[in-house]
Amino acid sequence: MKQFQGRVVTPGTVTAEAVVSTEGFNTLASFQMALQFGDKEVKCGDQNNKDLHGKPMIGKALCLPQTIGSTTGGLVLYCACAMEKNPACMLFANHIDSLAAAGAILADVWVDGVSMPVVDSLGDEFLAYVKDGMKITVGENGLVTVED
Amino acid sequence: MILTKEQEAILNGQQGETMAKVMKTLVMYGDAFEAEKLVPITSKYNHLVTSFGLKVMSPVYDLMQQLLEAGVASGQKFSVDPRPVDKNVPANFLQRFVFNNFMYTKQDFYEEQLKKLGLMNDQAFTCTCYMDQVGNKPQKGEYLSWAESSAVVYANSVLGARCNRNSGIIDIMGSIVGYVPYFGLLTDEGRKATWIVKVETTKKPEAQLLGSAIGMKVMEDVPYVVGLDKWIGTELNDSACSYLKDFGAATASNGAVGLYHIANLTPEAVEQGESIIAEGAKVYVIDDAELERVQNEYPVMWKNPDAQPKLCFVGCPHLSLEQLKDWTVKLEESLKANGVSKVTIPTVFTAAPKVLEAFNATEYAERLKATGVITSYICPLMYMNNPLCKGMPVITSSNKLRTYTTARYYTDGELLAMITKGGK
Repeated sequence: MKQFQGRVVTPGTVTAEAVVSTEGFNTLASFQMALQFGDKEVKCGDQNNKDLHGKPMIGKALCLPQTIGSTTGGLVLYCACAMEKNPACMLFANHIDSLAAAGAILADVWVDGVSMPVVDSLGDEFLAYVKDGMKITVGENGLVTVED
Repeated sequence: MILTKEQEAILNGQQGETMAKVMKTLVMYGDAFEAEKLVPITSKYNHLVTSFGLKVMSPVYDLMQQLLEAGVASGQKFSVDPRPVDKNVPANFLQRFVFNNFMYTKQDFYEEQLKKLGLMNDQAFTCTCYMDQVGNKPQKGEYLSWAESSAVVYANSVLGARCNRNSGIIDIMGSIVGYVPYFGLLTDEGRKATWIVKVETTKKPEAQLLGSAIGMKVMEDVPYVVGLDKWIGTELNDSACSYLKDFGAATASNGAVGLYHIANLTPEAVEQGESIIAEGAKVYVIDDAELERVQNEYPVMWKNPDAQPKLCFVGCPHLSLEQLKDWTVKLEESLKANGVSKVTIPTVFTAAPKVLEAFNATEYAERLKATGVITSYICPLMYMNNPLCKGMPVITSSNKLRTYTTARYYTDGELLAMITKGGK
């Protein structure tokens, strides 16, 4: 078990299984097909993401360095939350980027009854340590516990 | 964040609950980046990224409806990304059925919302709103609330405007309150280059390939590109601007670049020279081998990698007037050299409605039509964004389209050879 201290972007606590992208997470490419065509598991559709392509994202602890790509990224994330197709939480090794921040904040302010805690600045060590399937617990104040 | 009395009053609900939520969104957005203040938007127009009436995006239209019902319109008129569907673009019966009856059933409804919110005009649908013909071209130093990654990176880099990579919805919220949080690419510090990219190729690098390589390397950092002026010159003429449009779109879609500087060419690089490079900047050298490596690593997503291409898209981001003319001449020459009268693969060139209008007023329009190429105002990405296109062998010279769809990337030269000769 290892703990990492990050910064809370949007609050909340949750426990979920990790899915890990070691490279930039392209939000539009990852979600577009799954949201449009009703994929219940919300499998990652980004063909360029060797870590995540084809893996389910709904209800998972999505661990990533940052998001990349189209500026629709934030609204896609907002839609995923509004449709309850979102990851359980998003955990960023780096400082959050403007698109992911927008999506998380839009969901926090404008969607009732959906919680997707977002923590950033967890550091490179976090991303090097966490692996798919590990148990993640996001606590208050941005403390993230990773268990094998 | 320190707010003015006026901003604080909005946040506290003095202009209604909806305006308070809009302001809260922007304040939280700024707080996420330790922004100290909100600054007034100074551009004449805004640009929004969401142009498509996709049924699945109903949370977006619900939110827009909340804004309209609360009477909060955008303080600026705006342009918006391209429309998703055009009957002139080849599609089979099933595709048309899916587009019209399943995917884009909210298009008319959403366009009505956009009109009420402040759309510039019926033709303001393009990702290249900064083209002279379209008329949404911000000035150097102006603060923007734009979204659309390719437009933001162009506005920052080529025009010297100041805009963060805002998401859809955040774009219009800035316009509604008239302010954007002051952080990142709005600040002098945030515009310093943290990468030096040395272009050491033996020929002019393909814009979309060079941008892709840089985007994947630097992610959201700011690159200072040295050696490119050797190939595209030191003047921001039509040719250089078209090149930078395509280059920037690839940096932004294959990575998350919001600003680049080109030594001896882009405004801030010319003004500030190497003093715009931050201390400790990393170095990335790009030569012919590196570009070849990048291109060879693109995954081929066709079910049959040896399939005969069925459709070709050129113009993501939308083509400029100069590019439409250039392509016309190259097509004519290549068709003639190959003894063929029309393109051998159905080919669609996409551009802004106003750019197409200008092009259609030139002698080139009839000449391009004679080659068999179809022109359209659509977003090729939106066209291909469905499972029916997944199995379709589409080719493109757009790295953005390659990134988001199963379209296969070829350089402009490779593409020209393919569509004027046929074959793979």
